[in-house]
Amino acid sequence: MMQEYAVGITGIGSYLPEKEVTNFDIEKMVDTTDEWIRTRTGISCRRVADERVATSDLSTEAAKRALADAGIEAAELDLIIVATVTPDMAFPSTACIVQSNIKAVKAAAFDIEAACSGFLYAMTVGQQFIKNGFYKNVLIIGAETLSKVVDWEDRNTCVLFGDGAGAVVLQRVEEGYGILSSYLGADGFNGSALAQPGGGSRIPATIESVTNKLHFVKMDGSEVFKFAVRVMGKAAMEALELCGLTLEDIDFMIPHQANIRIIDAAAKRLKLPMEKVYVNLDRYGNMSAASVPVALDEAVRENRIKKGDIVVLVAFGGGLTWGSSVLKWSK
Amino acid sequence: MVFEKVKKIIGEQLGLDDVSGVTPQTSLMGDLEADSLDAVEIIMAIEDEFGVEIPDDAAEGFKNIGDIVKYVEANQ
Ligand SMILES: CC(C)(COP(=O)(O)OP(=O)(O)OC[C@H]1O[C@@H](n2cnc3c(N)ncnc32)[C@H](O)[C@@H]1OP(=O)(O)O)[C@@H](O)C(=O)NCCC(=O)NCCS
Repeated sequence: MMQEYAVGITGIGSYLPEKEVTNFDIEKMVDTTDEWIRTRTGISCRRVADERVATSDLSTEAAKRALADAGIEAAELDLIIVATVTPDMAFPSTACIVQSNIKAVKAAAFDIEAACSGFLYAMTVGQQFIKNGFYKNVLIIGAETLSKVVDWEDRNTCVLFGDGAGAVVLQRVEEGYGILSSYLGADGFNGSALAQPGGGSRIPATIESVTNKLHFVKMDGSEVFKFAVRVMGKAAMEALELCGLTLEDIDFMIPHQANIRIIDAAAKRLKLPMEKVYVNLDRYGNMSAASVPVALDEAVRENRIKKGDIVVLVAFGGGLTWGSSVLKWSK
Repeated sequence: MVFEKVKKIIGEQLGLDDVSGVTPQTSLMGDLEADSLDAVEIIMAIEDEFGVEIPDDAAEGFKNIGDIVKYVEANQ
């Protein structure tokens, strides 16, 4: 039988642009109120990248921090995967741009797109290469500059999103620790509930596509809300079952940070007290693929997670997609 | 009875201590001060409880709790 290795997170880092846009700032742009945004979403503030800053720039900073935390050099990396829906450009991939920025000379590099579930998809893919012995050092990044693709005249969407990046280094870890299980899924049948339709081969960029705002995020909010509440609970349960654990075993949960009302409803379904659930969306909004790694980084830095803890990561997003992982924290 | 179960679900979702004043004429958003996401969550809890699917179009037509009960009874 082929040897399998335990794989875990051995380094983590994140980076957020400095500029804060508060609900009060947004009150000046669209017909909304701080009160509406806070009560319906839990968001008070979000970070927005400068005009000249792209997703690879945020990724590069997060990557450097994760490498330093793991204590390895970029030159030792075998693979870089970036999960994003806001790549710098169609190609080269954002992962290749990061590779050159950090000088990861021997690394392979590619992007994955699974919207807000992207980080969990990327981490699960990266894990396989280490598990089967093919690679030793893999860098996974979730990064977005959603501020570039939201319509700042559409109050239904512009209040929700923010920019940021989080990165982890995956390596072999002690047997019994690290990623215990992962569960990924998709429902392409309902993909139109959340989409950025323009700019690809179906609707290439034209003057009309720009005038018709097809390069912005389009969303059916209540459809996504219902999907999210149901799938968060289901995905967390499935991943637990795959590694033979139950809800009682959860020490900490890092949910995708889309809306506090979704997180509350999912936690209630899982009978998980909110003390065990990390929330930072009040400060950053929904950063899509960056939300989970940024939240995990902050939770680790705030000492909310210690060695041996069972940590559940769970996300959902456009596609529609979802993903979850159970970790036994190994640091 | 569908109405009693619906009333219980609404009480749980909105955290109401006393639902004795809730009647079929009570409006979720008008009388009970539910916001649109509370309403979505109540509809979801009712879908799960009765195994029915309540599309958004139907939900948007509900004027009071009696309308929800009628929909559930007709589609159960
Ligand atoms: C977006 C969301 C907060 C909207 O809440 P909702 O209760 O479904 O809101 P609705 O779309 O039903 O709108 C209710 C009313 O508020 C209004 N509204 C929407 N956005 C508003 C805003 N920013 N400020 C003020 N009013 C707003 C709507 O226009 C609507 O008014 P109307 O009834 O006069 O038409 C909610 O649906 C949600 O969070 N969905 C999930 C989205 C998500 O997580 N997406 C990313 C997934 S990765």
